[in-house]
Amino acid sequence: MNAQSPAGRDPDPIGRPAAFPRLWRIPGHPGTLYAMVALGSLLGGSLRFVTSEAMLAAFGPGFPWGTLVVNVLGSFLIGLYATLTAPGGRLPPRPALQHLVMTGFCGGFTTFSIFSLEALLLFQGGALPQAALHVGGSVVVWLAAVWAGHAVATGLNGRGRNRVAPEGTRLGM
Amino acid sequence: MTLASLLWVALGSAFGGVARHWLSGLVGRRLGEGFPWGTFAVNVSGAFGIGLCAASLAVDHLDGDYGNAWLLGVIGFLGSYTTVSSFSLQTLALVRNGERGRAVGNVALSLACCLTAAAIGFAVIDASRSAG
Repeated sequence: MNAQSPAGRDPDPIGRPAAFPRLWRIPGHPGTLYAMVALGSLLGGSLRFVTSEAMLAAFGPGFPWGTLVVNVLGSFLIGLYATLTAPGGRLPPRPALQHLVMTGFCGGFTTFSIFSLEALLLFQGGALPQAALHVGGSVVVWLAAVWAGHAVATGLNGRGRNRVAPEGTRLGM
Repeated sequence: MTLASLLWVALGSAFGGVARHWLSGLVGRRLGEGFPWGTFAVNVSGAFGIGLCAASLAVDHLDGDYGNAWLLGVIGFLGSYTTVSSFSLQTLALVRNGERGRAVGNVALSLACCLTAAAIGFAVIDASRSAG
């Protein structure tokens, strides 16, 4: 569909009126983007739960490894994907996919609220070294992970073409 | 972990992500995008909400002992409503734009406010319980 055709009013091949606007055909339509965010978050949040359960079964309840793992992996993935789809990157910038992967999946997979709660519970339970490690260590590895993802993607983008400017100002996500 | 528990989480997560997208976009448009206020707003409000839930539902979260309300509202909705990935990406973007002060400010402010908000949420319910 080109940009000039009326939103959601594709002619029907057998002549029925277009009862439902075909929002998913319009890449930048807010409805499409919200649906992508919902789907990505559903998948990301579910995978976060599965990961946390697996880490709890493997290492026990002493330290919330699951939350640390999802936040690190999610930070790496968003750094990687944001830079791959940045202007001049290796992947074309497609708003629907970016909302699915970054705002939806990475956003739902990672969590600041459960991180905060676990820090509070460790503190309340008197596990001060674990609480301090949880807070201080987490931030360091999150930022290292997003930088690593960005660096890997910059390397991929730069292969066989001019190196591109890094992801800069997508602060609204 | 049962299939039912996964479905509760999945349902809550879908709504949590949509709420985050809506609110962070709204706040970002209102306050401008020079500083990631949108992500800050969802993370702080989500941390406050999780403190309220933890004190009222009295779930042993660290031991993985969850009921359906916890799965839907906390692991699903509030878990997906807040985000670390956008926080990390936005902090990196500030550093790479040469705005180190804002990057450090984002980290310090987010940590301080989220941890405090969770503690306040918890304390509010605790206090109202002991008062009643």
